Parts: sequence; C-alpha cells; structure tokens
Amino acid sequence: MAGIPHDHYEPSSNGEKWLHKRLPILGIAYDTLMIPTPKNLNWMWIWGIVLTFTLVLQIVTGIVLVMHYVPHVDMAFESVEHIMRNVNGGHMIRYFHSNGASLFFIAVYLHIFRSLYYGNYKAPREVTWIIGMLMYLLMMGTAFMGYVLPWGQMSFHGTAVITGLFGAVPFVGEALQTWLLGASAVGQPALNRFFSLHYLMPFILLGLTIVHIWAFHTTGNNNPTGVEVRRTSKEDAAKDTLPFWPYFVIKDLFALAIILAVFMAIVGFMPNYLGHPDNYIPANPLATPSHIVPEWYFLPFYAILRAFTADVWVVQIVNFLTFGIIDAKFFGVLAMFGAIAVMALAPWLDTSTVRSGRYRPMFKWWFALLVVDFIVLMWVGAQAAEFPYDWISLIASTYWFAYFLVILPLLGVLEKPLPLPETIEADYAAHYASKTGGTKTIVNPAE
Amino acid sequence: MFRKLSLTTMTALALSAGAAHAASVEVEITDYAFPFEGPFGSYDTNQLQRGLKVYTEICSACHGLELVAFRTLSDEKGPALPEEQMRAYAENFEVFDQALDDGFGDFRPATPADRYPESSLANAPDLSLMAKSRAGFHGPYGTGISQLINGMGGAEYIASLLTGYEEEPECALEMETPMDGYYNVAFANGGFPEACKDDHGHHTVPGSWIAMAPPLYGDDLDYDDGTEATLEQSAQDVAAFLMWTAEPKMTARKQAGMTGVLFLSLLAVLLYLTNKKLWAPHKPKYKDEA
Repeated sequence: MAGIPHDHYEPSSNGEKWLHKRLPILGIAYDTLMIPTPKNLNWMWIWGIVLTFTLVLQIVTGIVLVMHYVPHVDMAFESVEHIMRNVNGGHMIRYFHSNGASLFFIAVYLHIFRSLYYGNYKAPREVTWIIGMLMYLLMMGTAFMGYVLPWGQMSFHGTAVITGLFGAVPFVGEALQTWLLGASAVGQPALNRFFSLHYLMPFILLGLTIVHIWAFHTTGNNNPTGVEVRRTSKEDAAKDTLPFWPYFVIKDLFALAIILAVFMAIVGFMPNYLGHPDNYIPANPLATPSHIVPEWYFLPFYAILRAFTADVWVVQIVNFLTFGIIDAKFFGVLAMFGAIAVMALAPWLDTSTVRSGRYRPMFKWWFALLVVDFIVLMWVGAQAAEFPYDWISLIASTYWFAYFLVILPLLGVLEKPLPLPETIEADYAAHYASKTGGTKTIVNPAE
Repeated sequence: MFRKLSLTTMTALALSAGAAHAASVEVEITDYAFPFEGPFGSYDTNQLQRGLKVYTEICSACHGLELVAFRTLSDEKGPALPEEQMRAYAENFEVFDQALDDGFGDFRPATPADRYPESSLANAPDLSLMAKSRAGFHGPYGTGISQLINGMGGAEYIASLLTGYEEEPECALEMETPMDGYYNVAFANGGFPEACKDDHGHHTVPGSWIAMAPPLYGDDLDYDDGTEATLEQSAQDVAAFLMWTAEPKMTARKQAGMTGVLFLSLLAVLLYLTNKKLWAPHKPKYKDEA
C-alpha cells in the first residue's frame, strides 16, 4: 500500500498461511497498521484518531440510548428524562452522547483547518478531501437530526427553521419541505424519520471513514513540510518514515487520553454548558422561543445563511438577473451550502505548487485571517440580526468566499514560496538539531 | 397554522432583525453561593429538606413536579427522607389512577412509585426542570464566558426571581391602565410597558411584569431544623431543591467525572512516558544527550 516501498505481510505459521490463501484479512490488517508514516507529523495529526474514537463513542452510547428512548411526540421528552433519572448510568450515557457531538465537531474543525493549512487537499489527495467533505456534511445532518430527538423547544423550533430552508427553493420548495417532514409541519412523521435516519447515518459515516483511510493510505499521509516521502527505494523511504504501529498509535493515544480527560471534566462538571437551556422545556408548537439559536457547531454557516439580506446589492443584482427566482431567502440558503462547496473545491482553486503553508509567506497570513473569520462567524451567528452584527456577518461571510474563490487562486501566481526542504529526513533532523541549541549542527540541504 | 408559524419563524430569523434581540432584557441576578457549585460541590441534605418544605407548603398550590417520583425523595444524595416519612409524605398527594373504578379511573393517595401531580394552574409551569431550563448568567456579548465561570445559574435565577419583586418603577406608575401582573427585576419574558422604553425601544428599567404574585415574603413557614425562614433563606432553599429535581444525579455525575479525569490523567502520564521512550532513539535531541 501507499506506493511507499516497505515490507509487506508474510504469513509465518501454517495457520496463517492457510487463512492467507483463502482470505488475506491479516495481510490487510498488518499493512494498514504498519503503514510507513512520515516521521515529522506534528500534533495536528492526532484529530483523525480522535474523530474515529468519537464516532465509535457516539454509536455505542447511541445504541444504549435507543433502548430507552421513545420516538413519539408525547413521550420523547419524557423518555429522555426517564433516561436521566431512572436508567442505571443513563444520565452519564446521555451526557456523553450530547457532549460527544461537541467533541466531534471541535475535532472535525481542527482536522479540516489542519488540512487547509498544510495543503493536504492538494493532488494527489483530492479524493480523500472530497470524501472528508461528504463526511462533514453527513455529520452535520446526523447532528441536526439527533438534536430533534429530545423534543424540547429548541429541537422543535430549530427543526422548523432548518427544514424551512428547503421551503425557500423556488417552485418546488413547499412540496420539498412537506416531503421532508412527511407533513406540512414538524410533528410525528418528522420525529420518526429523523430518528430512523439518525440511527442510519453514523453507519454510513463509519463506512466512509474506512474509504477515507483507504484513500490516504493509497497516496500516503501528507506531512507538515508537504514534501512527499521518497519512494526511490525501501531504504530511502525508511529514512523518511516510521511505521504507524507503535510510533503513531502510542502518540495518538497519548493525545486522546488528554482530550478525553478534558471531555470527562466537561461531562462531569458542566454537561449543559454547550447546550441551550430552552431545550429542557418540552416542545410547544404554539410558543416560539424568542431567540432560536442553533448548536454552536452550526453557527458559522448559520451566520452566512443570515448575512445576505434583501438590502445587499449582490442579492439585489442576482434577484434582478434571475427575474426574482432567487430571492434573498434562497440566496442565503445557496450561500450556506456554497460556503461548504467552495471549501470542497479547494484542491482546484488553490493554484500554488507548494503544499504546506509553512513555506508560503503570504498564504500564512490569509489563512490566519480565515481562522479568525471562522471564529467571528461562529460568534456573530449567535447574535441578533441587527446593526452592527449584520455588517460583521456580511463582511465575514464575504471573506470566507473571497479566501477560496479569489485569494487561493491568486496567491499561487503572486506568492514567492520559501525554499522547501529536500526530504522529510532533512527537515526532521534540522528540527531536532535546532532544539538542542548545542554544538552539533545538521545542515539543511535546502539552504 | 403550524406552517404559518414555521415560516414566520424562518422569516424572522433569516431576513428581518430586531425581534430576536428584544428578548435580551436587562435583569438583576444575584450570584448566590450554593453548596452544589463547583466540581466538588454536592447537595446539602438539610437545605433540600427545607426547600422541599417551601415547595410543599407554598409552590405546590399551583406548580407541579410531574417528572419527580416520590421515592426519589429518599435518595441518599438528595433530600434523604427516611422511607417511612417519604411514604407518609406521598400519601398527602392525590393521583389519578386509570385502573380504578372498573377502568373509568379515580383518584387515590400517592405511593412512592408515583410522581408528583402536574401543575394545578394552567399558566403555572411545571418546576421539575425549571433550574435547567433557565440560565441566570449570560454573555458577555454572546461569548459564554460568564456561564463558563459562574455556571448556567438556573438556581441563582430562581432565587433571584423569588426575591426580585420590587415597587413598580415611576415610568409605569404614570400610565392610565396599570400593567397586569407584578414587577420583577429578575424576570425577562413578561409584559413591558411602552412608557418604560426610550426612543430606541430600549428598556429603561430592568426586568418585566410577571403573572405570579410574590409567593414568599419571609417567615412564611417554620423550618424543622430551626433555621430562620427569611425571604432570602427560603428563596435559596427552594432554588436548591429545584436544582435537585432538575438534576437528581448531579453528585454521582461529578464523582464519575472526577474519577474519569484522574484515571485519564494517569493514563496520559503513562502514555507520555511510553511515547517519550519509544521515540527517543529517533530523535537526535535525545540521542545527543544519551
């Protein structure tokens, strides 16, 4: 695998040989676990393991929750309280599951921004990136549907707002929304199907996780230098890499233990901090909460959805050019999905031949601004749609699109990248030589 | 009608402004110190029993606790009533039993397995989850820093509400038709007169008007443990009791959290040492030192 030359699995015992002839499953497991991994991976390369762990955590806690949950509009809220009060350990399992969603999104955002900085999305890893984006969309869908299930006030009215987005689609919107909800409004049919899909989608996510790993095991990992592992010979490759087991497994587990300790503190001491108090009020279609806010992880894209109001000239021009088919509401929906679409297109929008942001002096700053922009969008998404927040969200949304559609294509032409290290080995050696500050200097061949 | 509702919500959120923010009314929340705050905090049994008395003698006239089973009053980490006392207490409540009277149903005294009745007054919300469905602390500026430091503040909110009844502000006294309800500086979602708003529609006085008459005045009841039942004392006691009804497993949860943090930290230290030793031969820094 990986096109990186390395030793493959050789069945040794008679039993292994027997099995290997019939099903090479041990070979696949061995080659996956022993894959040559660039030895200079830094601490931003741990989030994949965190995400895999969280997916399993969510599936396991979710399966237990389903044993006690009742997907009925009259009983859903009470059944969750039954879990919290009467089921043995139920309060912990439920808080693991609800806070697990937050852990999932913290990890996925760090994972995505890691990839955006080090150019992981660039050739030949576009397929890994696209699958990752699909997984991210699926995660958002799963999280959204899961939030509906406790059937609290935010569950109900948040669902009304989000499914209302589909109602904004010209001509077929109303029919589409009705089809999604199984009725003209949020009610029993919607709760039942969201429950069904919320159980199904994590398993699709699990399948895509395998494909995602398969894809980057085929191309090999990217690394902080963006320089490829030498494939010229097994010896050269061995100088740039270390096997995944035990080196990266132990490293990742160490990081996971720290992250889980923090996670445990949140679940144990402040499990409702990331949630919304209104969701402890049973859903009431007749009483709309004064301030409907999505969960924190949706806020950046929710801000983009709300940013393009009817008084923005771009919206007005589009409205005019499409003879009013695309109104402000639909424009907002397009912008929200477009914000993810432009990110997915990053491999083709980024024209720079250099992968890693480490060697791109101008890119660095634009990227830092994108991170700030994302945080600003997250914050402004929870604010009211009034001055000055409307302006802030409009500027921040514009930058999001500008980064992918204008800055990334232009930088490749305008920017003069720094010299790259010749090999991963050289970069790795230089890194540790500089840390000693001592007598021994290892010359970086790139300089 | 539901459709209209969802579309209005949508429009209000996605397109227009103002409506949402009008809710962020200035309120006065006192940061009372409760024994269950912080990672090591737990419920004070005596306080929960006092709070139970306040609820039983005053609040329960209108408000229900329909998610709370009587048997849980004997929980060791809760009010910890002796079982006999809990049984006797439950019998004071009447519950509707569908199985009685040949399936027509009838009322009977409650048993430990039953739950408290629902609210007897239509507009009195059930109190089971009140301490979790309200937040006393917000912001600043929507950042959540206040909640991070002070907690969500549900119990503080309840205690502040019960002590937050004040004389109507001057701007409201000048009105021809007086406001319905009672002026409360801790209540955000009630009626508010135009006369108390400035030119930009901002409120000039904190709080709003609540339908509930002041339930506590101080010295409303005699505590069994001899504590003086001042207004502040009974407000905090019942707030603590309602925190317990909302989160009965809090103590167990914090203990599990503490155990988890300790074991995971230990695991992290061991993995750190393993990792360091494992990588040492591949890191020139350590090689040089060796």
